[in-house]
This record gives sequence, structure tokens and C-alpha cells, in this order.
Amino acid sequence: MDVMDKLTILTDAAKYDAACTSSGAQRRHRAGAIGNTSASVAGCCHTFSGDGRCVTLLKVLMTNCCVYDCKYCVNRCSNDTRRALFSPEELAELTIQFYRRNYIEGLFLSSGVLVSPDYTTERMIRCLDLLRSRHRFNGYIHAKAIPGTSPELVTRLGLLADRLSVNIELPSERGLNALAPNKSRQSIFRPMGLITNTLRQNKEELVKYRHAPHFAPAGQSTQMIIGATPDSDRHILSLTQALYDKYRLKRVFYSAYVPVVENTLLPSLDTKPPLLREHRLYQADWLLRFYGFRAEELLDEEDPNFNPLVDPKCSWALKHPAFFPVEVNDAGREELLRVPGVGTVSAGRILSARRARRLDHEDLRKLGVVMKRAQYFITCKGKVAEGVKLHADSILRNLIAAERAALPGTETEQLSLFDRAV
Amino acid sequence: METVYLYDGSFDGFLSCVFDSYVYHEEPLHFWDQDSREPTLFSTRDIPTDPAHAERVRIGLGRISPEALWLVIRGFLTCAPDREVILFRFIRRLMVRGRPLLRQLTDDTVFPLRKAVRHLEGEVHLLKGFVRFSDFEGLLAGEIRPKNRVLPLLRPHFCDRMYNETFLLYDRAHREALVYRPGQWAILPMESFRMAAPSQEEAQYRRLWKRFYDTVEIRERHNPKLRRTHMPQRYWETMTEFQGEDYFRPAQPEVPGSAPLPGGSAGEEA
Ligand code: SF4
Repeated sequence: MDVMDKLTILTDAAKYDAACTSSGAQRRHRAGAIGNTSASVAGCCHTFSGDGRCVTLLKVLMTNCCVYDCKYCVNRCSNDTRRALFSPEELAELTIQFYRRNYIEGLFLSSGVLVSPDYTTERMIRCLDLLRSRHRFNGYIHAKAIPGTSPELVTRLGLLADRLSVNIELPSERGLNALAPNKSRQSIFRPMGLITNTLRQNKEELVKYRHAPHFAPAGQSTQMIIGATPDSDRHILSLTQALYDKYRLKRVFYSAYVPVVENTLLPSLDTKPPLLREHRLYQADWLLRFYGFRAEELLDEEDPNFNPLVDPKCSWALKHPAFFPVEVNDAGREELLRVPGVGTVSAGRILSARRARRLDHEDLRKLGVVMKRAQYFITCKGKVAEGVKLHADSILRNLIAAERAALPGTETEQLSLFDRAV
Repeated sequence: METVYLYDGSFDGFLSCVFDSYVYHEEPLHFWDQDSREPTLFSTRDIPTDPAHAERVRIGLGRISPEALWLVIRGFLTCAPDREVILFRFIRRLMVRGRPLLRQLTDDTVFPLRKAVRHLEGEVHLLKGFVRFSDFEGLLAGEIRPKNRVLPLLRPHFCDRMYNETFLLYDRAHREALVYRPGQWAILPMESFRMAAPSQEEAQYRRLWKRFYDTVEIRERHNPKLRRTHMPQRYWETMTEFQGEDYFRPAQPEVPGSAPLPGGSAGEEA
């Protein structure tokens, strides 16, 4: 089998993983080495695939052979599909040649379980080691730690990679037991905890010894599949919050489940991937990481799932009328960040601009505030914007209309489905 | 009296205009470089480029605030249609109000400038990812057609990343090229540039990349509108994955039995 065939099979098998960022590592060039991971390219997309997703890394599997039989996965051993295996040499060469041409920012290496988790990880390590030592590759590497790998190997992997991830995949133990018989909650959280601890120790070492080796400088991330199991948004978001708090994860990714197999335990094959739900979870995740919201503020037992019609921040705002209106000339940063239509950047600009003089509604537009949303929740010098009526029903209707245009195509179709149901 | 300044289009030339406007106590209506000259009823004044004058304006701006100078340098690289007028108004007001002006983001001289600079920086950010190089026996060459003059801002990034390489990045729109070999760079005017046909190896890597690009899409999520939002179509022109078949054809037809290609079987088999 030639490299073209292998690349096709092993890309196809890896494409459902959502993580594709290169943020968090900062390394300038080194003499004799290839590339950098400079801070200036954080969030740098090298292209966007036909589904509109950012492509940053060469995202492939080492192999799609797998001894496990996770029901939701195309690579499960009971699936009749073509199998391929990269040799460490050819994958290293491919990465280097793609990188030199500026096709990619680096490599995202994952794998099916060949023989055993340890055997597979050793093979991944061989490839990464070739890249780092022989090719002197200085770009970004994201490696997947396979549940069940021994701690020594995870540590070695982390010394070669910029970021490590252990995928949770199914957000609940029940789902895991039913659909991933070879994995357990423990086999996932043990390596995750190990990585968290090693990261902490490494940080201390680096303070003491400047030349201590770096362990996964861009930290740890994970991914959950959305819609394969009946878990609620509230459950998923609380888990996310716990992962940020307890495991200090850098990112949690969500991947709308694309049915790949007929199984009575899974959504049927003609189910559309729940893209709007995934979108809402990402919006909420953003609120947790940059806006000071907590999971329990956004969803509760009464409303365990996000409103498909408006984004989580608007939803929260509509449920907390007492918090508003916010006076933009006096409010603190945290308060401003809770206003729909005000982002982290525009909040910063407001704080800076209002030191010069008090702002009015026209100024806010120039500062990048989305007035279509914000106008219902703010005052400028004590005044509501002209012509704006603060009537709960009309606000909701206008907010829905305001977001509609911004939602990508397929999601609008899904929205119109909701419209009919309303 | 309404006056139009004529200058040579260089940054030093523009700063000389600023200098002279103070000498002549006038606020020019337009600044025309060689390309934008047109017949006019207004009076015109030829402004010679004087590096010493330019330097004095530069120092003056830097003394008010390094950020002000930084904004002016970037503003000059933008594609705002009347960037000289925008910059001129900003500088005049800056001289009066001093550093606090920078914070007045809604001021009508600051806002248009910051907006133009944001557009420039956005384009630079996108191009860090969208630039594509081809390997010609060790020399890497790439082309772009940006709206703003991005090469000076792309330079630090690519010279760091490709520290040990030799490369050329050509800007079709502004007809200039960033050329680099280890430890040395230059941005030079270049009337035209044509990339040679690819070697067999280069053609094969192009095909591999195209295959990766086509395969990584999840078809159930196909969403061309979202793709265009993130990656405006005007960038596709110079990106490998959107080229026609010819682009993937090597200069010479393949000779049977020649050196193995990167796509040929190598290493162990699965
Ligand atoms: S272990 Fe990974 S590759 Fe193997 S079947 Fe499970 S999810 Fe798929």
C-alpha cells in the first residue's frame, strides 16, 4: 500500500476528532531545527475544510487497526473496513514536508489500539522521537494518550509532545459501559490525572532548574461525543466545569455524533449530527473560560438543556432581568461581560475609551459592541437607546432574529425545524 | 487655498509631506503618489522626499508615544483608499492633544485609522496560515494577492519559522517580494514572478495535501457558507488545495524505474 492510500485511510479514520488547535506553546526557532510554535500563530488556521472546520494540524491515526470494539467508532474491530498503518519514518517525513510548505502547523497523532495500548504508544513515541531528534522538528505536536497506557510511556509521550489529550468520548459511565466495553471511567481518568500531576510537578521543576525538560507545555485537553448517549447538556457542562477546575484542562472539545453504524444502543443511521447543540455547548464553554460564568448558573434541573433559539448568554440574561440594565459608563469588567453583544475585546475597549469621556450608544457601535443584542440590556448616561422597547416577548423575538443571520447554513435549517415546533 | 500634495509614494515621502505641511501652514486635501495622479483644478505642490525631515517627524511621533508611531507605520501599509488623509488628520490632532488621543477610540481621526489597521492585521493573521510554498530543489517559493501590504508584517513570522530555509514570497498585488536566506532578508520591488512547473516530488506532495484536504471533511457536516466566512474566496487563488489539475502535474512525465516518489511504497506495509 502506498503513502497516498495510507494517508487517505488514516485521515478518514481520524477526522471525527474535533481538536485541531495549536495554541499554548511558545518556541522560537533554534539553529539547525525546523520551525517554531510562536505565540503569534496561536489559533492559526491553515485552511478550512468543506464542512467549515479549521485545519491546523496534520490529523491522522498511526493506525486504524484496533483490538477494541467501541460501538460508536468506525475503527472498532468488528467493523469491516480497510486497515492501514504508517511506518514512523514515512509519517515523520510527511509531517516535515507538509510543514515546510506551510500546509500545517504540526502533527496531531492519535491511533487505534494495535496489539495493546503500550505497544501502540511505543510506536507513536518512535515517530515523534524521529521528528524531534532526527528531523529536529520544532513545530507543534498534539498526541493522544490511549487509555490503559502505562505511566512511564505517557510521560515519555508528554516530553515529546506540546499537548496531550485523553478522550472521554462518552460523557457518562453508563454510556461508557454500554458502548465502550473495553474502556472504563477509571482507565480514562487515571492517565488524565497522571498528566495533570506531571504537569504540576514539571512546572515546579522548571522554576528550580531552567533546563528541565518540558512536559506537554501546551497542557492537556479532551473531547466528548455529543448526542450518542441521552446525557443532558447540564450533565455535559458540569463535567466540563469539573475538568477545568479539578484536572486543569486547557480545552474541552465537543464532537456532534455522526452515526457510523447501525446499533440499537445508538441513534439510527439517518440521524443528522446535532450541530446546533454542539454549537450551543461551545458557546457555553466559552462563557466558562473567558466570561466568568459557572456551569450551574447556565443550566439547572428545571432547564437541563440549552434553548435552541437563543445563545446561552442571551438565555441567562433573559432569565435575570434584575441584573439589567447595565450602565456602560460605570459597570465593572465582569458586569460588562455579562451583557449579550459585549465580548472580551469590546469590554476592554469600553473600559479604555470611557476614561477619555462618557460614552453614548453611537460610540458603542464603533467599539465593536453588537448593538442588535446589547441594546436591550444597557443604558448610556442613564438612557436606553432610542426606539428600543423593553418588552420581554419582543426582546426574545428580536434576539432570535439577530442571531439567525450569524448561524451557519445547516444550523439555520435546524432552527427552522424548531420554529415549526414552537 | 485647497492643495494637493504630490509625493513619491514612499513612507519617508509621506512623512516629508507631513513635515512640509507645517512649514507651509496648510492642510492638503489629498496626497497623490505617482500612480494616483490625475488632472485637477486644485493647486498642487511637489513634495521632495527628505530623509532628514522624515526622521524628525518619526522622532516627534515616537516621543509622544511609541504606540502612535507604530499606528502610523501600520496605517501606511493598509489598503484604506485615502490612507494618507486618514494618517494626516490623525497626526495633526495627535500633535495638539498628545498621548490621551490614543485612548479615544471613538474619535473621528482615531477610529478610521484603527479600523484600517485592524483590517490589515486580520489579513496578516489569515495569511500566516494560508501562504503555500513549493519546493524547487531546496528553494521554497510562494505567492499571495493581499489587499494590504502585508509582507513587512509577515516577515518576522516566516523568517523565524523558516530560519534555516531559503525562500521567496511574492505579493502579486503590490509587486514586491520578501526574499530570505539564513540570517538575511529583504523586501524588494519585483515587476513579475512566475513559478516554474513542479518537480515530480513537489507535484506528489501537492497531490498528497489535496487528498488530505478532501478527506478530512466530514461530509455529513458539509457547509460551504461557513467555510467562506472563515476563509474568504479571494484567498483561494494561491492555495494548493484549490488549484486545477495542471497544478498537480510534474514538469516531466514520469520515467519508469526512476527514483521512488514520496507516495510510492516505502517503509513497512500495513
Ligand atoms: S479504542 Fe479508539 S479506535 Fe479503538 S474502537 Fe475504541 S474509540 Fe475506536
